[in-house]
Amino acid sequence: MMQKLNGTLDRNRATDYPLRRREVVAQLLADRGDLMVVAGLGAPVWDCTAVEDHPLNFPLWGAMGGAAALGLGLAMAQPDRRVLVITGDGEMLMGLGAMTTIGAQQPENLSVVVCDNERYGETGMQLTHTAGSLDLPAMALAAGFASAAAVSSDNEFKAALPAIRAAKGPGFWSIKIKAEDNPIGAMPPKDGVTLKDRFRAALLGAA
Amino acid sequence: MDVDWTEDNFSVLRDWQIKQVAYVPDAGHADLIKRCDEAEDMRLVPLTTEEEGIAVLAGAWLGDQRGVLLMQSSGVGNCINMLSLARVCRFPLLMMVTMRGQWGEFNPWQVPMGALTPTVLEGAGSLVFPVDDPAKMGETTNAAARMVFEGPTQAAVLIGQAVIGAKSFGK
Repeated sequence: MMQKLNGTLDRNRATDYPLRRREVVAQLLADRGDLMVVAGLGAPVWDCTAVEDHPLNFPLWGAMGGAAALGLGLAMAQPDRRVLVITGDGEMLMGLGAMTTIGAQQPENLSVVVCDNERYGETGMQLTHTAGSLDLPAMALAAGFASAAAVSSDNEFKAALPAIRAAKGPGFWSIKIKAEDNPIGAMPPKDGVTLKDRFRAALLGAA
Repeated sequence: MDVDWTEDNFSVLRDWQIKQVAYVPDAGHADLIKRCDEAEDMRLVPLTTEEEGIAVLAGAWLGDQRGVLLMQSSGVGNCINMLSLARVCRFPLLMMVTMRGQWGEFNPWQVPMGALTPTVLEGAGSLVFPVDDPAKMGETTNAAARMVFEGPTQAAVLIGQAVIGAKSFGK
């Protein structure tokens, strides 16, 4: 009866996905070494900060649709260091063109991970397009990513982790996570200048 | 005296050690894009939409590279929310905007953003440097780049249709 609002989108399946976002992100960031992280606005920022408010995180409080493109610019500027973009499905969908721009540039040191709960989590859990037949990894492959995969179980995630951290990129992973509300918990600084300056200081040394 | 304003702009970009040249093309940028493509130390980053470039160049700066964003005036309208990234974080952002819909435009669909471009950019917190005299091109771009990279701030050089020549498509 309510399906007319959402076409072919499935409002139930993501509530049963076994992977949980906080545990997924904690494992993505474990033993991170000199990894540089860009977090897309919303829950990925809270997830990353729950692990550690690390100076080599660049958490976005806005600029929706910009996370992957920002990661691209960083990866091109620092080709010898790994860059990991962690974002949500809604944020990625707003910047889908960036997928093709990354495909055109072929940054070998860039991984893009979408924590895909098929929801706009910050605004009331409305369904995104990934709740339907949209296949983000297939789009990434078509755009020229060196590798792309969907991950929906703990075994698949553990198998994907080494590639997310080290495989020749650009790589893309859609990690299907349970649609659930989490308390926000720890927040990173909101001041953009602080975030920028501490990132550069951690990467480049004191100015 | 003939002024090669494209070459003047290219020299300024080289002097400021621009490494990432992000763009959505315009006929008025065609020569500069070609010139940057020939430069071994510059990397062309073609975009699907202009706002991508603002995020790309923010990442570039985090990684200690300078960049420039080339677009036409219609593209400025695509950038508005993403400009908040540059403003809130005070990322250096150098934009070069070729104007359409401004001076002898034959296509009325270019006129709204042509007229709005300075207002939109200023409203989003950008400095705006219009250029209508080719002889002032290089010095203006240099002045903008100094404020961008030594500020840091965001600034747009608006390359007027009087400089480029109004597009006619041969009509």
